[in-house]
Amino acid sequence: MRTKPDTRIKPSEITPEGAFLNRRTLLKAAVAAGLVPPIMSACEAATIPAGGEFDPKPTKWPGSVTDTPNSFKDISTYNNYYEFGTGKGDPAVNAHTLKTQPWSIQVSGEAAKTGTFTLEDILKPHDLEERIYRLRCVEAWSMVIPWVGFPLADLLKRFEPTSNAKFVQFLTLADRNQMPGIKYPVLEWPYREGLTIEEAMHPLTLVAVGVYGKVLPNQNGAPIRIVVPWKYGFKSAKSIVRIHFTDKRPLTSWNMAAPQEYGFYSNVNPKVDHPRWSQATERKLGGGLFGATRVPTLMFNGYADQVASLYTGLDLAKNY
Amino acid sequence: MPVATPRWVVAVKAALWGACLAPFALVVLRALEFHGLSLGADPVQELLNVFGKTALNLLLLTLCITPIRRSTGINRLISFRRLLGLFAFFYAMLHFTTYLWLDLRFAWDHVFEDIAKRPYITVGFTALVLLIPLAATSTNRLQRKLGRNWVKLHRLVYVIAVLGVVHFWWQVKLDISEPLLYAFLLAVLLGVRLHHAWTLRRKAATQ
Repeated sequence: MRTKPDTRIKPSEITPEGAFLNRRTLLKAAVAAGLVPPIMSACEAATIPAGGEFDPKPTKWPGSVTDTPNSFKDISTYNNYYEFGTGKGDPAVNAHTLKTQPWSIQVSGEAAKTGTFTLEDILKPHDLEERIYRLRCVEAWSMVIPWVGFPLADLLKRFEPTSNAKFVQFLTLADRNQMPGIKYPVLEWPYREGLTIEEAMHPLTLVAVGVYGKVLPNQNGAPIRIVVPWKYGFKSAKSIVRIHFTDKRPLTSWNMAAPQEYGFYSNVNPKVDHPRWSQATERKLGGGLFGATRVPTLMFNGYADQVASLYTGLDLAKNY
Repeated sequence: MPVATPRWVVAVKAALWGACLAPFALVVLRALEFHGLSLGADPVQELLNVFGKTALNLLLLTLCITPIRRSTGINRLISFRRLLGLFAFFYAMLHFTTYLWLDLRFAWDHVFEDIAKRPYITVGFTALVLLIPLAATSTNRLQRKLGRNWVKLHRLVYVIAVLGVVHFWWQVKLDISEPLLYAFLLAVLLGVRLHHAWTLRRKAATQ
């Protein structure tokens, strides 16, 4: 067995959220004062670049995990995206039929500014960052992924959700002509996911438009998806066409399919097993056949310091 | 002196050896990334899938022998059954070894917990354990020595096949199309036997 130094971030090493937020403010102030070359702030107008790579390069987010990210190949050829087939390799083979341009998102429900917005409108005001997050699949394997995106909160605030907006629902495109998997009623289409407003507004919750500095491959949820790093992967809806603010807990596809196995919260939790398999450990992918390592699963996927407070007083075994 | 084995039987046996070893050989080539082949992002899962499904395929093939022999009258077919059955055992062992070694890294606590608490692993492990006496009594000598008891013992294969399909079914997340196909084929193979037994009984009763 190959031994590797433990590169996991210890809770003590994580930059307190306030500190890095300050850092950003400082940086912006420094740019304004002419202390920092403007190239560092030149990422104001985020768009989906035609050439595939973001220009200027997304800034490096200081909270990234220090684990080595999985290869682009692994990330883009091993996907659960049932609209393109239920096999892990299916999306990479089939997703080329997805048309990501033009793209628009319908915003509805408990918000002041609802309507249909083009992807360009959605992205325009946001700075793109590269955030390296752990991804833990409910199937007990994990990857480390360098996403490109911006906090979902920054986007949601623009729609001015009302005080009745207790939850946010995300709907994935469900187009028979572009998605061969839609003909099979494996899940309830369109794929739907949801978060509490607090979860959606949490600074770790990301809107991702890229990976490895490049535009998201279709099979990874292009052109725009959510990433919630402390929840099992299926909570992070792909190829989003609708955002709905609501006062009721929204229906979610996996919960509808197997409610005793997949709850609304689906937080990564080593102490709450899937009814059929253990969630205490995970297979950390990327080491090849003999280097593949089984590691303990961390509470909230290692993001407990940042997110545990969202669930104070909640019985996580019941609210799985 | 035993009667010489017909040449076609030897040829088919050689071909079966090749066919049965092919999935393993392919896995080795993929593991070595020969000519751009690969086991993908989750090679351990891929090995589990390939070995498990090959074991199940071979198990169902062994169950095809008797109905085909009965309907065609080619009794020689029976001499291929042991080969297929032993290869089924070989792949089942590879499947279990992959799980024990490459996946769980001999974390015995986890292994015992899985076997005791996870129904799909309990049934899979039971199937594997039940295969051991069948493999161990597969020699000509023991077959002769055990006589009628050998036949009785080897009826366990029906239980093993059912457990194998259940093991596959219960670990699938949602898309049950593949285990459903296995279940259907197994149901046909077991149904043919029930039908055969029933016809024999009816014949016996009318005579």
